[in-house]
Parts: sequence; C-alpha cells; structure tokens
Amino acid sequence: MTSVHVTTTINGDPAEFLCRPEETLLDVLRDRLGLTGTKEGCGSGDCGACSVMVDGRVVCSCLVLGAEAEGREIGTIEGMAEGDELHPLQQKFLEHAALQCGICTPGFLIAARALLEKNPDPTETEVRYWLAGNLCRCTGYDKIIRAVLDTAAEMRAS
Amino acid sequence: MSGIDRLSKTSDFKVVGTRPIRPDGIEKVTGRARFGADAVAPGMLIGLVLRSPHPHARIVSIDTAEAEALQGVKAIVTASDFGEVSQLHHDTLRNVMARDKVLYEGHALAAVAAIDKAVAKQALKLIKVDYEVLPHVTDVEKAIEPDAPLVNENLFTDGIDPKPDKPSNIAARSQFGHGDVEEGFAKADLIIEKSFKTEAAHQGYIEPHACLASFNSDGSAELWGCTQGHYLVRDTCAELLGIDVSRLRVTASEIGGGFGGKTVVYLEPVALALSRKAGHPVKMTMSRADVFKATGPTASSSMRVKIGITKEGRITAADAELYYQTGAYAGIFSQLGAMCAFACYGLENVRSVGYEVLANRPMQAAYRAPGAPIIAFAVESIVDELARAIDMDPLDFRLKNAAKKGDRASYGPVYPEIGLVQALQAAKEHPHYSAPAAANSGRGVAAGFWFNFGGLTCISLNVNIDGTVTVSSGRPDIGGSRASMCQIAAEELGVPYDNVRAIIADTSSLGFNDTTDGSRTTFANGIAIIEAARSAIADMCARAAKIWSIPEDAVVWENGAARPSGANAGDFEPMTIADLAGSAHKTGGPIAGHHEVNAEGAGVSFSVHIADVDVDQETGRVSVSRYTVVQDAGKAIHPDYVEGQYQGGAAQGIGWAINEGYFYGEDGKLQNPGFLDYRMPVASDLPMIDAKIIEIPNKGHPYGVRGVGETAIVPPLATIGNAVRSATGVRVPEVPMAPPVVLQAIEGAKESG
Repeated sequence: MTSVHVTTTINGDPAEFLCRPEETLLDVLRDRLGLTGTKEGCGSGDCGACSVMVDGRVVCSCLVLGAEAEGREIGTIEGMAEGDELHPLQQKFLEHAALQCGICTPGFLIAARALLEKNPDPTETEVRYWLAGNLCRCTGYDKIIRAVLDTAAEMRAS
Repeated sequence: MSGIDRLSKTSDFKVVGTRPIRPDGIEKVTGRARFGADAVAPGMLIGLVLRSPHPHARIVSIDTAEAEALQGVKAIVTASDFGEVSQLHHDTLRNVMARDKVLYEGHALAAVAAIDKAVAKQALKLIKVDYEVLPHVTDVEKAIEPDAPLVNENLFTDGIDPKPDKPSNIAARSQFGHGDVEEGFAKADLIIEKSFKTEAAHQGYIEPHACLASFNSDGSAELWGCTQGHYLVRDTCAELLGIDVSRLRVTASEIGGGFGGKTVVYLEPVALALSRKAGHPVKMTMSRADVFKATGPTASSSMRVKIGITKEGRITAADAELYYQTGAYAGIFSQLGAMCAFACYGLENVRSVGYEVLANRPMQAAYRAPGAPIIAFAVESIVDELARAIDMDPLDFRLKNAAKKGDRASYGPVYPEIGLVQALQAAKEHPHYSAPAAANSGRGVAAGFWFNFGGLTCISLNVNIDGTVTVSSGRPDIGGSRASMCQIAAEELGVPYDNVRAIIADTSSLGFNDTTDGSRTTFANGIAIIEAARSAIADMCARAAKIWSIPEDAVVWENGAARPSGANAGDFEPMTIADLAGSAHKTGGPIAGHHEVNAEGAGVSFSVHIADVDVDQETGRVSVSRYTVVQDAGKAIHPDYVEGQYQGGAAQGIGWAINEGYFYGEDGKLQNPGFLDYRMPVASDLPMIDAKIIEIPNKGHPYGVRGVGETAIVPPLATIGNAVRSATGVRVPEVPMAPPVVLQAIEGAKESG
C-alpha cells in the first residue's frame, strides 16, 4: 500500500503528512492531524459539517482528497480565532445562542466567514442561500441567521 | 398529575430569566469540544458492522473464517458472542446483533475490529452469510392484513381479551378515554370523520452514532460516546456483556443532536464485545446511510379520526383509531399517541385506541414528543375542518373547547393549572394573527400537547475553596442545559452566574440519572440543584452560627452570604460564600450539597402555532413565509435556549410536514438513506420563526419550570396542513405534503369539483 507524501499549509502553518491516495481531506485532518474540530455528518457533501477553506474557497473536506491539499492553503475552525481573540462571528454565535448541540457550528462559522469576506453587507436572503449547504437540526436557523447579520453590521461599523 | 406543590419563587429573579453565554460555548465555537467521534485511545482499532442487504431473511449460516484470517483483523463478533438477557433487553439484544433472522435492511449481524478502516472494510466483504430470503412488509396498512408476512411468528396481540389465537403483526392495543362516544355523536349537529397517513421521519441529528470502547483483561471497561443517557447505556451494556454495572464506566461525550434517537444502544455493546475479544480499544462510527437504515425513525401511521360538534361549535364526542408502524420490534408510541390525541380538549365523551404494528423496518426510537405529532396532524386537521364548517375562527373554536384546570384529560388525570387557554389567547393577540395573509398564501393554526417528564435525578454541588461552585449533573447537555444549571445554582446561592460551572459527570462519579429525554432535564435537574444548594446553604449558615456563637436560626442567607438576623443575633459582618469556603477546613471540612430524587410533578405543556404558506399551483411545492410559535414554559430559565427549543421543534415539524419521509421500494429497501434525498429543511427553506414564551408556573417546580423541549414539534404537521388547506381549498390527508402529493390533491379536487 503506497502512501502519498503531502506538503501543505494549515491555518497559516506549514504541515506535511502521509496519506493513502483514497483518503479524504476530512479523514486526514481528523485522523492523521488531530484537527477534530472539522466534523463528519454525512461523508457525501450534503451537510456542510466538514466545511474548510481551500485556497480561499469553502469546500466540503469529505469531497476533497487529502492528496489534493498539496501546495494549498487549508483553513479549519482551529485557525479561526486569533490567539485569545475570537473571530466576531464566534463571539456573536455565543451571544445569540446560535448553537444548541454545536456539531454543525464549525462548518457554519467557516462558511459564514467566507460569506462576509465576499459580501460584508448581505441581506437575510443572501445569508440563507449562502448557508443552505450547511445543515443544522437544532435551531431552525433563526438565531444563526441573526448572529451572522449582526456580525456583518458590527464588522462594517468598526 | 400529582398534587405536589414545590413552588417557592415566582418573582424577583436575579439570574433566572437572563440570557448569559453558555459555559461550554467557547469550546463549541473553536472546535475544541469533543464529540462522539473525536476520541482516540492508545492501540485503538476500528470497528465496522456487517448489515443485512435484505429486509427479511433467515440467517442460515455466517462464515467468518476467511475474514478472521485477513492480516490486521483482530476480532469478529456475531450474535453468538452475546448471551441471553432479561425480557427488558430482549429486543435490544436482537436489534444490536441479529440472531436467527434479519428483520430489516441494515440489521446488524456481524462486526469486525481491525487495525484500520480499510482492513475492516475488506474483512466485511470476506464474511459469508447464507440467507433464506423471506417475504417482507414495510407498509403499515399491508402489515395488518390477515395474510401479511409475519415479522415475529410468535407475536400475539397484547391488550385484547381474550388473547388472539393467531399471531399477527399487531403487538399491542391500548385504549384511553371516558364517557360514551356513541351518545356524544348522537347529540352532534355535525360530524366529520376522515382518515390520515403519515410517513416515518428520522430525528436527523447531524452527528452519526459514535463510541470508543476499552475493555480490560480484568473485566472492567470504559466507554466513551454520544448518547442522551450514559447511565442507560451503562446498564444496558453491562447486561448485554454480562458484567457488573460497577465495572463499566461510561463517559458521555458532547452530543451532536439526539431528539430521542440517542436513547438506545446500537454500536456501544458491539464495540465493547469487539474490544473484549480483541484486547484493544475499539472505536466505531456509523455512516449516514446506516444511521438512516438502522437507527430509529418515528412510526409511520394510518389513522381514522371522528369528531362531532353542536352548531355552536362545542365538541360532543371525539374518537380516534391509530395504527403506528413501530419497526421490527414492538414500541409504545401508538399508546403515547392515543394518550395525546385529544389532550388539548375538555371533553365529556372521548375514546382513542392505539395499535402497535410491526413491519420490516428499523426499530423505532423516540423522536421529540414521540407519537404526538402524528395523531395531532389528524385531530387538528379535523378540528380545522369543523371550525370552517360552522364559519368560526379556528382559535375561537379551540378556545371554546380548550382543556382547563379541573378538566379530566382524555388520557386519565385531572388537569391542574395549565396554560392552553393563555397560549391560544396569546396566539390570537400576536401581530402575526392580525396581519392579513399575503395574496395567494394561506394561513393555518394548530395546537399541541406533551406530557413532559421528571424522573430519577442525582445532583452534586460542590463549593470550592474560593467560593466558586461546581455542579455535577448526570444528563448530557444537548442544547445549552449547562447554562440553565448554572443559572439555577447561582440564583439559589445568591452568587454571580460566572462563579458557577456545570459539568456532566461520568457514570462512576455520580448516581443514576434518567436519560436526557422527555423534556426532563431543566425541570428535574433544577429541583435537585435547588435542594442541593439549600442543603449547602443550611450547612454554611450553621458554620457561621458556630463561628459567631449564636443560634443557627439566627442566621439567614442573603446575596451569597450568611448574615445575623433577628433581635438577639448580635452584630456581625456577613460571611460570604468565599469566606466560609476559605475557612471550611476549620469548620467541618468541605462544603457541598447533594440531592437524589424521583422528580415527580412535571407540568404538561401546550403549544399553539401559526403558519403562512405559499403553494405553487403548478408544482405543488409548499413554502413557509411566516411562522409563529406560542408555548407555555412555566418559567423560562434561559429564554434564548427556550426560544431555540421552540424554533428547532417547529423547524423539524415543518420538515416532516413538507418533505421528510422514509420511502421504501417494492424490494423493501430504503430508497433515500442520505441527506440529499431525505430532505431536511435548510436555511433558505425557512423564514425567521417567531417564538413567544408564555409563563404559567408549574407548581411541581420551585421556580415553576415546565419542560420545553418537545411540545413545539407537535403542532407543525397540522399547522402546515391547515395553511395548505387555506391556500388551495384542498385538504391533504397525508404527510409529507411533498410536491407530487400536493399537486395530486389539487388536481384531484379540480377533477371532482
């Protein structure tokens, strides 16, 4: 069984790993690198719990091969806060009670940050459609949408 | 409905009713929280399950020799690795690992532990199973036909006298009600009777089942995993594995949703058995397809409901017959459905009869107010038709017939103070109800009931050396309950919220606790925390009295400090909780409170929903444009998380109403075992969900708390159905009201009309 040697960047730091050709980026992150903040909900790209950034795009890491990380910039939930300082989205999710069980939260935060970087002033409808690839079964989305809109307003004001 | 009166505080709350940030929040937004699949152990193996491709078959033989010989395979278990168990766990044992027969597609019949997932997968392919395929049945109406294939050849309907002489798929019959329904119908000016069908829905938690088992060679074991009840997991697994309860320590991981679906064991005993056989820790996670195929969805159902009214709109009689398909093993969910059927109404003549029906589908598990949303769909649809027939506002119709304090509930007890009338009135006064519905859209309302539960509860509360407080609970926190625990302790002790932390103890650190289900956690834990805090306060007051050399009854506890009180108490500076904790080593040792209780006195709750929907006349697609939930919380400890329960329950109900359902092919196999085809609501499917909390205190709780977790999923099926009726003029008697179903109903009405 031949493994692939991969050199990449994860959350701004250099990283390298060996993986089998068929292993997903999700499996590599969780099982080889111990970055278990990225969650597996379905393994088929339908729930968004495994959302990560690859070269500035939100992707389902269950649909990307580990070998494809070669030479890329990977961003996961573990890199979202800067030291002690939470990203404004993380803070607003707490303040708005935008999580109940919390399993979908990392994926939502990754996806929502990508939205606000692209569109700092989204409408409610734009937020809802951008996040339509992320399933939450607890909240009915209400408080998540409010948290994202509130974050956007606060980030625009500062 | 016990007469327990614990109510001790209804106003002047300092912490209860505020909206602080949950103590476990930071770990959940940074990815540090450890869920079921996030644990590892030294020397860990990966376990996988072999599942039946057939919906019904006799297992002639299982040959594991070739798989065992594969390099890297460390253990294989089948039913022969589990001994016989008590009647209580008879079905669980067979569901966890099939013996003799497989009863549904996805039924587990062997499991492998290997050095990694790739080897384990390869090993599964090498296990040879010889099946004798049997005829199957998955539809509830076909399952009750006399010549239906029998899921269990030895099943004779329970609850029928005399006992039937032939086996059938009907496991049990139950009946509730009072009065004389025939007499009541004779008095009616108008009677409507109709049949309804609902498909099974899955709880749809985003985290698949996962666990990590480590069985030691001395017969002790540890288990980590996502469950709503780790004590239940411990006790069940100990029996299935044949070990002492004290030797199995179960730690509940963070849990990524449950909604009732994680109140039973699936992988846990298998992982333990594999670990025992392999001599290594074994981790198991379920694929999403296996979650759909092999873990409990709700019942599917076939129901008939008949209600009669006077021309003034008073119900004279109500009658319901419920057939709930509960999967391959008997459930109790038609019984619960029959109990809930008419619980919203004060009735003189009422009857409901439930039948539990077996079919070749996965064993049903609880799903949020299990059994109630299904029958509420039928009953509340007929109530809507009756109000329309006499041209009465549907909320006024319900107000006219609503159950009140002193009414005998259709399931037996007499109601104490309940909040249905207030919820109906609040719905009527809500801006949503007075706003005109948009052109081409339709509005619907419906009400729902759930019992709420209490149960076995054990709490430990420790005052630390600096006066901060740690509360140990034995119920997994699925939706922010740690915040409520901290608030309740802070309120009672008179200390800041931030000075209290709550943890979920493992099964060896705290006595038995019933599972986080039945909307019991904040109610039952709350009682025990308050009692534990009061016990600690009494101890601290006694210590202060000793220090001051005054009688104990001359010391009171106020704002987190012991103070002298009364004419002869003397003049002493108050001693704060930190003062008393810091000197505890000189006054008798550590300060703590604990409380153990079978928490009775849970208060029932009612929820009233309003929905506006648009129906695409060309495709039949139903979309929700506005949605409001009004529900009695008794007392909302943390209003954000109470609203969250209302919103989440409504969203799940909307999904079930419109899109979610189990679709079986003629081959008895599930056609949609994935999130793409089992279509749960996404953010763009829903509007904001307005959550209105009303508070009618439950006397069974010191602060008036009622359970809030479940009731909100009860009304949406009918609320949406009634809104679709308003929008289209057509009653769709079937859930899910998926586009083809709605379109067919619209076109059928055009043809006949």
